[in-house]
Amino acid sequence: MTSLYEEIADGPGEGVPVRRVMITVNGERRTADVEPRLLLAHLLRQGLKLTGTHTGCDTSNCGACTVLFDGKPIKSCTMLAAQADGHEVTTIEGLASASELHPIQEGFKDEHGLQCGFCTPGMMLAAKALLDENPDPDEDEVRWALSGNLCRCTGYQNIVKSVLWAAKKMHADTPADGN
Amino acid sequence: MYPSRFRYEAPATIEEVIDLLHDGGGEAKVLAGGQSLIPLMKLRFAAPELVVDINRLAGLDYHRVDPDGSIHVGALCRHADLERSVLLSSKQPTMAEAAPLIADPIVRTRGTLVGSLCHADPQGDWAAVVTALGGYVVAQGRDGRRTIPVDEFVSGPFQNVLAYDEIVVEAVIPPPTGTVAGGYLKLERRVGDFATAGSAVALELSGDVVLRAGIALTGVGASTINATNSAAVLTGRALTSEVIGEAADLAAVAAQPKSDHRGSAEYKRHLVRTFVERILTRVTETQQRAA
Repeated sequence: MTSLYEEIADGPGEGVPVRRVMITVNGERRTADVEPRLLLAHLLRQGLKLTGTHTGCDTSNCGACTVLFDGKPIKSCTMLAAQADGHEVTTIEGLASASELHPIQEGFKDEHGLQCGFCTPGMMLAAKALLDENPDPDEDEVRWALSGNLCRCTGYQNIVKSVLWAAKKMHADTPADGN
Repeated sequence: MYPSRFRYEAPATIEEVIDLLHDGGGEAKVLAGGQSLIPLMKLRFAAPELVVDINRLAGLDYHRVDPDGSIHVGALCRHADLERSVLLSSKQPTMAEAAPLIADPIVRTRGTLVGSLCHADPQGDWAAVVTALGGYVVAQGRDGRRTIPVDEFVSGPFQNVLAYDEIVVEAVIPPPTGTVAGGYLKLERRVGDFATAGSAVALELSGDVVLRAGIALTGVGASTINATNSAAVLTGRALTSEVIGEAADLAAVAAQPKSDHRGSAEYKRHLVRTFVERILTRVTETQQRAA
């Protein structure tokens, strides 16, 4: 874990103590020894082999690396892995259960919310954060919530439709009061 | 991309933070939201030897209005907290309008107002807003606390006047003396881009008469511009269309924009003038509706 950057970097670390971090990733407690400069996106992708988190621009612009950090969307290329110690991280791998897709994933499938798919994990997690906070958003609210996530294929129309589809589905799946 | 090597500490008390900064001897950086610092470190524009993460400090994530009406924003209060703040939407329209315009929604989850002030990016929105409001920061060092007005705090692009072993613990907006009005408008080419230009207007009114005015500009100079001449023509007067026009013109004069890929200098001046005019006109419309 500590050597993630060594083969592509300037030699093994000297004098910088490694930190042991414990992070709950998709509900599972994971332990890793990280050098302080290791970015959360790289810990997830290279360290924990959760390659569903994509690194796109690598400059905090595109949102492809979005994960949920204690339930809130963050850009994992812009957080140190050391900062996640003791926190909960949800990646796209944590969205579906073993047997079925999450309604957001179903929505993207049903409404053709992706083409190349590169931005999709980030889009879905940003959408998850929105629907957790606001289960019945209108189109403007969806666009606003996704405005930190760039897609170069779709023109966003179908992404927005997918999220609205998911909101409706999740609403229909929620049992009414008293049931 | 990834940063060059550094030592990382995440202490639990402010005293430890200050000791670490002191021992770091100017080679240490405070990490709050990290939404500017980490990108800069990845690009190797910044290569601190020591990063002092303050996210484990308890009790700094607040924003509150004190009984005297002053607004206090702690060093770990995120943009997203301010964006969703019922307190701000009822008490402080300039801040309330600016909060959703900072960066993009995902960056707002982490980024902080105080960090943005310390980073002192000439394109930073909060510096203009807090300058217009006549705000100050509270810095803590080994010798205790001191207050620094924001327009003295920022000493140039990406520069502030903090000593190497000082940290800003909160930003404060002083209590208003009248009815509060104002707003923040900016143009960005797309969400998350830096401002092409932005204007912050903060007013305190007694009836129709302006008791205090602050106007500050984003992205049209080497650092945030405090358009004092523009604000001065409002003070003691009612917001007639003539007065509004005068203030808007003086704000455009105060701007020092450069032509670049976001627009020509003249276009940016025009934006500044238009934004100041729009915000002030909106205030008069609200007054008329209330009357």
